[in-house]
Amino acid sequence: MEIVRAYFRSPPAVIGLLLLLVVIAMAVSAGWLFPRDPLALAGRPLVWPFTNPRFPLGTDNSGRDIAAQIFYGARISLLIGGVATVIAVAIGIVIGAVSGYYGGWVDNVLMRVTEAFQTLPNFLLLLVLIAVFGSTITTVIVAVGIVSWPAPARLTRAEFLSLRNREFVQAGRTLGLKDLKLIFGEILPNALPPVIVYASVVMAVSILLESALAFLRLSDPNVASWGNLIGLGRDVLRVQWYVSAIPGIAILVTVLAVSLVGQGLNDALNPRLKGR
Amino acid sequence: MRVLSLAGRRLAASIPTLFLILIGVFLLLQFAPGDTVDAMMAQMGGGDAKTAEDLRRFYGLDLSVSAQLASYLWRLVRFDLGFSAIYGKPVATVIAERLPATILLMTASLSFAFFFGLILGVVAARGVNKWPDTLISTVGLIFYATPSFWFGLMAIVVFSIYLQWLPAGGLSDITSTATGIWAVLDTARHLVLPTLTLGLIFLAIYLRIMRASMLEVLNLDFVRTARSKGLDETRIITRHVLRNALLPMVTLIGLQAGTMLGGSVVVESVFSLPGLGRLAYESVVQRDLNTLLGIIFVSALLVITVNFIVDLIYARLDPRITTGA
Repeated sequence: MEIVRAYFRSPPAVIGLLLLLVVIAMAVSAGWLFPRDPLALAGRPLVWPFTNPRFPLGTDNSGRDIAAQIFYGARISLLIGGVATVIAVAIGIVIGAVSGYYGGWVDNVLMRVTEAFQTLPNFLLLLVLIAVFGSTITTVIVAVGIVSWPAPARLTRAEFLSLRNREFVQAGRTLGLKDLKLIFGEILPNALPPVIVYASVVMAVSILLESALAFLRLSDPNVASWGNLIGLGRDVLRVQWYVSAIPGIAILVTVLAVSLVGQGLNDALNPRLKGR
Repeated sequence: MRVLSLAGRRLAASIPTLFLILIGVFLLLQFAPGDTVDAMMAQMGGGDAKTAEDLRRFYGLDLSVSAQLASYLWRLVRFDLGFSAIYGKPVATVIAERLPATILLMTASLSFAFFFGLILGVVAARGVNKWPDTLISTVGLIFYATPSFWFGLMAIVVFSIYLQWLPAGGLSDITSTATGIWAVLDTARHLVLPTLTLGLIFLAIYLRIMRASMLEVLNLDFVRTARSKGLDETRIITRHVLRNALLPMVTLIGLQAGTMLGGSVVVESVFSLPGLGRLAYESVVQRDLNTLLGIIFVSALLVITVNFIVDLIYARLDPRITTGA
């Protein structure tokens, strides 16, 4: 509970948590506030925000409700951020743990692969994956997860390297515990906190990656994604700039919330490093 | 000389990585629906199966995957990247035409992010937890969360459409006949918004790292020694602290080179710059897999080159690296 109290002592962390709760509330209430399909035509195209009470945030080029798309977009962004992060962190933990625990040639081979992934610009790899496997929402999420695992893997490996010869691990080994049990039952719980904190960075980057992909019209066009809306608004940027502006603010707020929560967690877990 | 041999060893170690990337992406692209011949046939407006077969034989696409891979790698060793059916030119030529714009953009953004990140980081660290620090850190956090393409669009709205100060896209004014210094200035004007757009997120990262690293170094013993010698604060910062605090910043350039190249795909699309990133996007849309593979190769090469240069700078900043290891 010390950690919780330390977390709530930091104003930015509290602001981040509140913002994140707002985004989550938007995602949850979307179906209830806007029962109609957010991608269905709702009214005249290009209604300015705050001019028509039926469309508080106006309508886009083809007459779809922007407010509805923002609320449903929160679902997509949280879904992508959440699932892609779980995929990236899971791959990263397994590779980092095996690499750090066994060392030797296993470590060599796995780190070469990690290095290859880090040398290749991740957005380019994302483009290749989308070009090959198509751009449904599932492939986009998996692809974002696949390009984001190297950093968590390196972090896990570093933790394992420093933990693997500690006394509690040696004790476990003397007791005859199997490698698998040692890795996941004994070392991993101790190596996890920094990786969990880093997951917030992965999540922020995942949301940004998907929105960039959607902006380039390479993501799933059949879901209400903020990036899609920004890409659409680009065609009418000259006058109706609000079509692009509004979803961008939504992305900014969400990514900011995730980063603030991550930083708050980090400060709460490592009080010594506070303010760094 | 030692510096060079150390960096050279690192460079040699990256060759297997390069091959790993190429083989991996080559095999991945085998799963792609449709090949270059399909794309060509579509561009020609269709054709019979016989023509397709002839074309496949001509481009060596009828061979087994391993034979194709071997021949691709063998051609790569001779810097032959193959032929782009879409552009009707060798891939190497297509990429060479697009590379300068990307390198220009990356260099400009990196310099912008590094320079201002450095200054803002130092200012924030010197007034830690006072208002300049809070302001700079907050702005940094917001920049970090801003999607670059969105910032680019909004910058176009403000600076190109409303204020009409800066051009909204392209690398030069096609109607201008300027030469020499005026042409350079014209290109510079076109690069202002793309540079800011691409550099923004890196500025946020650099200032944060610089601040942290300054705080770390400011607490070290040698700084206290310098202070007790009676040196003034400016001299301590510039002569003693900065050199040591710069190390993590330099490391970051190498780590972020790939991310920056990826970011240029989006930024070049926003500002319609004729660069490598835009070419990557176009080749995905047009299914020009040969060009895509070539871009992957050149990008990886670029990242490795940046890291080589970073190694050299690193060794210059910290002589211990060459004597110690």
